Amino acid sequence: MYDIIIVGAGPSGLTAAIYGRRANKKVLVLEALSYGGQIINTLKIENYPAAPNISGFDFATTLYNQVKDLGTDIKFEKVIEIKDGIEKEVITTKGSYKSKTIILATGCENRKLGIDREEELIGRGVSYCATCDGGFYKDKDVAVVGGGNTALEDALYLCDVANKVYLIHRRDEFRGEEGLVDKLKEKNNIEFVYNSNVTKLNGDDKLSSVIVTDKEGNDKEIMISGLFIAVGKIPENENFRKLINLDDSGYIIAPENCHTNVEGIFVCGDARVKEVRQLVTAASDGAISATEAIRYINERK
Amino acid sequence: MGIVNVKKDNFEDVVLKSKEKVLVDFNADWCGPCRMLRPILDEIASERSNVKIVSINIDDEEDLAMKYGVSSIPCLVLFDGGKEVNRSVGLIPKDAVIEFIGE
Ligand SMILES: Cc1cc2nc3c(=O)[nH]c(=O)nc-3n(C[C@H](O)[C@H](O)[C@H](O)COP(=O)(O)OP(=O)(O)OC[C@H]3O[C@@H](n4cnc5c(N)ncnc54)[C@H](O)[C@@H]3O)c2cc1C
Repeated sequence: MYDIIIVGAGPSGLTAAIYGRRANKKVLVLEALSYGGQIINTLKIENYPAAPNISGFDFATTLYNQVKDLGTDIKFEKVIEIKDGIEKEVITTKGSYKSKTIILATGCENRKLGIDREEELIGRGVSYCATCDGGFYKDKDVAVVGGGNTALEDALYLCDVANKVYLIHRRDEFRGEEGLVDKLKEKNNIEFVYNSNVTKLNGDDKLSSVIVTDKEGNDKEIMISGLFIAVGKIPENENFRKLINLDDSGYIIAPENCHTNVEGIFVCGDARVKEVRQLVTAASDGAISATEAIRYINERK
Repeated sequence: MGIVNVKKDNFEDVVLKSKEKVLVDFNADWCGPCRMLRPILDEIASERSNVKIVSINIDDEEDLAMKYGVSSIPCLVLFDGGKEVNRSVGLIPKDAVIEFIGE
């Protein structure tokens, strides 16, 4: 029987583990993929207090070792269900575990466009990370889809690498920062494709072009070898919907104290309904959720 | 068996002419998910004897990366009898790598 089971070994879940272990609670972290969560994808973190210029990998590894050294159990198993009760139960692909409290730290993933062949062409022209894969498209023509800061930053980055960059956006105005839009407009190898959605991916074993459809329903083919999809993030909490209140997008509903609708079950990090999804806010939630879980356990002793 | 680095010069001998299956890991130093995948591959390499696992740094071996159409890393390509038989892109957990390699 554990005191706290944490679902997800991203920055928020690992921070919760630190607080739990330092209060001498028995803590298990369950992770489906690898420790670190989304941040392992970034080359350089520039906005985390007192750790300028650290890579995402180093950040994740330092945090992971800190958590291990504190004597946390960590298992690589995906959680598929949680059950409420005086003793709560967490069911994974490999087994089941009992705990007094649960902290959900399941984070987010890249949102997909949801069109045909998207999955199949990942790594064959379709990418969700410009800084990771941009280098493969030196002097080629590429497109970015999206209208937020990530899309704008991706397009800027790609302008310096690729031959030509199309920025495809479903509206005629960007959600992202104006400064970024201005910088983009100064580039001479960018073409803005407004009021359009990507509706088809073409190519045999590799992407060779996309079809975009505009508001009036007109189709246009754009010849590109790389499509960078930056249409936001999406949480994956459907397995918990029976028990836990989610909002329309699938984020777990909880105020700043990280309490879900079920007593003894908490949420932290990007998976929670919130305004700013960053490392600092993930770490902050980790601390709060663990502190609340510890309080819950101690009050029931 | 440990993981060896493969270059253009020895690719044919080590990969294409290999008697056992070869799992080729296309990666780069700057790629976080690749660095996460590496210890998983190290473990499998020490546990399995009927598959050879090799690493190709795509920055040093641009030609090989291009020849095999690698455009996103980490990229695992499985060769059997000199032919590509399976491919997986992105970080996957250990169980999935084992399933990817097969028997
Ligand atoms: C490319 C990129 C660059 C970024 N750069 C910055 C930056 O510079 N500065 C900054 O502050 N923020 C940055 N962020 C945002 C930051 O990474 C996130 O805010 C942070 O990682 C959120 O942490 P988290 O623990 O809540 O969730 P995540 O990091 O998403 O981790 C969630 C973990 O839970 C696991 N999981 C999910 N479901 C289950 C399940 N059912 N069972 C078991 N495990 C499960 C996932 O595999 C994952 O490991 C960046 C994000 C990306 C994608």
